[in-house]
Amino acid sequence: MIEIGGTRVPVREQSVEERAKNFRSVPYSYNKEEVMKEAQRCIQCNGAPCETDCPINMKILEMIREIAYGNFKKAFLIVKEDNSIPGITGRVCPQENQCEGVCPVSKRGNGINIGKLEAFVADWARENGVKEEIHIKERPERVAVIGSGPAGISCSVDLRKFGYQVTLFEALHKAGGVLQYGIPAFRLPTEIVDYEISYLSEIGVDVKLNFFVGQNIKFSELRRDFDAIFIGTGAGAPLFMSIEGENLKRVYSANEFLIRVNLMKAHKFLEYDTPIVWGDTVGIIGAGNVAMDAARCALRLGAKKVYILYRRTKKEAPAREEEIQHALEEGIIMRELVAPKRVLGNKEGWATSVELFKMRLGEADESGRPRPVKIDGSEFILKLDTLVEALGTKPNRLFLHKAPELNVTSWGLIKVDKNLMTNIEGVYAGGDGIRGNATVILALGDGRRAAKSIHERLSKGKKKGVKKD
Amino acid sequence: MRHTIVRKEALNTENYLIEVMAPNVAERFQPGQFVIIRIHEQGERIPLTVAGVNPKKGTITLIFQVVGKTTMELGTLNAGDALINCVGPLGNPTEVKKFGRVICVGGGTGIACIFPIVKALANAGNEVISIIGARTESLLILENEIEAVSTETYIATDDGSKGHHGFVSEVLRDLIKKYKKPGEIDRIVVIGPPQMMKAAAEVTSPYTIKTIASLNTIMIDGTGMCGGCRVFIDGEMKLACIDGPEFDAHKVNFDDVISRLAMFKEKEVLAVKHFQRSKQKKAGRQ
Repeated sequence: MIEIGGTRVPVREQSVEERAKNFRSVPYSYNKEEVMKEAQRCIQCNGAPCETDCPINMKILEMIREIAYGNFKKAFLIVKEDNSIPGITGRVCPQENQCEGVCPVSKRGNGINIGKLEAFVADWARENGVKEEIHIKERPERVAVIGSGPAGISCSVDLRKFGYQVTLFEALHKAGGVLQYGIPAFRLPTEIVDYEISYLSEIGVDVKLNFFVGQNIKFSELRRDFDAIFIGTGAGAPLFMSIEGENLKRVYSANEFLIRVNLMKAHKFLEYDTPIVWGDTVGIIGAGNVAMDAARCALRLGAKKVYILYRRTKKEAPAREEEIQHALEEGIIMRELVAPKRVLGNKEGWATSVELFKMRLGEADESGRPRPVKIDGSEFILKLDTLVEALGTKPNRLFLHKAPELNVTSWGLIKVDKNLMTNIEGVYAGGDGIRGNATVILALGDGRRAAKSIHERLSKGKKKGVKKD
Repeated sequence: MRHTIVRKEALNTENYLIEVMAPNVAERFQPGQFVIIRIHEQGERIPLTVAGVNPKKGTITLIFQVVGKTTMELGTLNAGDALINCVGPLGNPTEVKKFGRVICVGGGTGIACIFPIVKALANAGNEVISIIGARTESLLILENEIEAVSTETYIATDDGSKGHHGFVSEVLRDLIKKYKKPGEIDRIVVIGPPQMMKAAAEVTSPYTIKTIASLNTIMIDGTGMCGGCRVFIDGEMKLACIDGPEFDAHKVNFDDVISRLAMFKEKEVLAVKHFQRSKQKKAGRQ
């Protein structure tokens, strides 16, 4: 007898003491028994709000049904039809605001743990060498994809499945974009990212690393040589506070702090060559997922005290609840209602403290959250050794500067129509490059939609190719 | 792709030259730009100066000074070995046009960086006066090459072993005095250690001669993503990788550049020691 509702099969996690010292995944995966038991809680409801609420409308019910019966291969193949990187989205999607949030079972207990089910099937397939069989009917048209983050990956995969000759350009030495340089291994293990990305080359996507479009290969060359272009360049440029003392040593952008650790493996310094310095006390400005990532990285590097310094309160923090929870459990201190005035340093140019304003919450602003208001004369000094600014990021201005024919907003976001086509015919865009700081799954959805639009244009439309200069 | 080293030369006890297969860089490089390389899978990304290119062969010439673990390890590679990455050209090219009389100042390994600029400026019809300097004569690089493309060449060494006994900035000061009428010097380009560029900028600033400095800051990606190479130009934050590497030397906050370059010094010392120890161990086993 299956009981409807009820509680989730608990997710085993590394203990707090243990995990705060390593970069391994915090939650363990479900085992076969656990995953089947959790799947059996699904009532296979009509309407499937989980699917409707999924940005890529994954066939979640079918996946769960197959898992419930132990048909993991079938479940994997169903997932793969819509999602090229389930091992990744299963871990980093904000499921609580999407599929799991609308699950009717949640009204009588906890919703189905869809994220963990999805991650399980992806891991199971990887560990058992199970792959989808795809039969590609080759087409002659060539498509360039710029940027190998989630948007670029999903667009490349779908285009390749349609039969196009896809070349994927990546500026860094490793593909994956934010999955590789941004999200730490304790949230998203590197071997999973590497595995999901190796799939690209396997299905015949030509991955060109170390090509920074606009710099060492021109956008006009791509327009000349390809029949369509997808821009998935993301939002990779860090924002700075523009306050005094920002250039002191041991002041980092969250991007730099995370790139050093995630992409360059600075936490294994001496085995790896890239250094990082932090000191005993680390302050992180901001309270988004990136801020939590930076804070938890600092802790794992060995910092004794790590502060999250946020101008609003925990309630308004943009980070996922699970991330905040994990951070607090690990001993990270959240200082609410503070905003930096300036960074102070010593004679040698090292940061030694930050001067903070106390804040109060005012009227709601455009985002619907209460506006933080400075309290005059409330400044106080917090001693620290390292300050990391996690204020969000913007699209890369070099690329936009070198492709001035693209229409962008004042914030530097590329403008697109409902088919994700830019103002240049045959050139499409998606992901953070059109949205600002959004999510992996939205980027993935954009990549899929753009691939479909490109396919329609190249296979059915009369107008073909990229509009030349 | 891997980037095979086709030629290696020790220029002196501190500087090496390697010629590396990098067809895309060779084809697109313009004076003033740089590359970022990584030696192997565990390696760090470091920016290096391009001293010249051979587009037909698809090679580029890199000159580097052994200062840390990565450059030390790079110095142990030989023809036939390969770099795992070599991305570029990065950064903006030097502005090259007919200015008139231009003084190019190169210090230390900065001479390698200024050499293609001297050539390009001379080709553009400028009268190029070069000033090159090093701590001592034996560390002076590309002296003949610079001389061959410059109208006049001056040398300075800290110990007086060749040319002027002292700094390149002192030679620059004397030259400016010689051409003291306004408009007699149309532009100055200085590349070298930041202390040297700072001194040169201080020399030229009272004369309002446009002076360009190329900043070799710490970088990771070189694409504007990490912000580690941020510098202050006239109080405004810029990124050396995508806004530079060249800036108006009179507007650069050099003290800040110098300070930030020291951020990982302690770690660099550790890495060098570790590398030397593991090299000895390896040698011991053989």
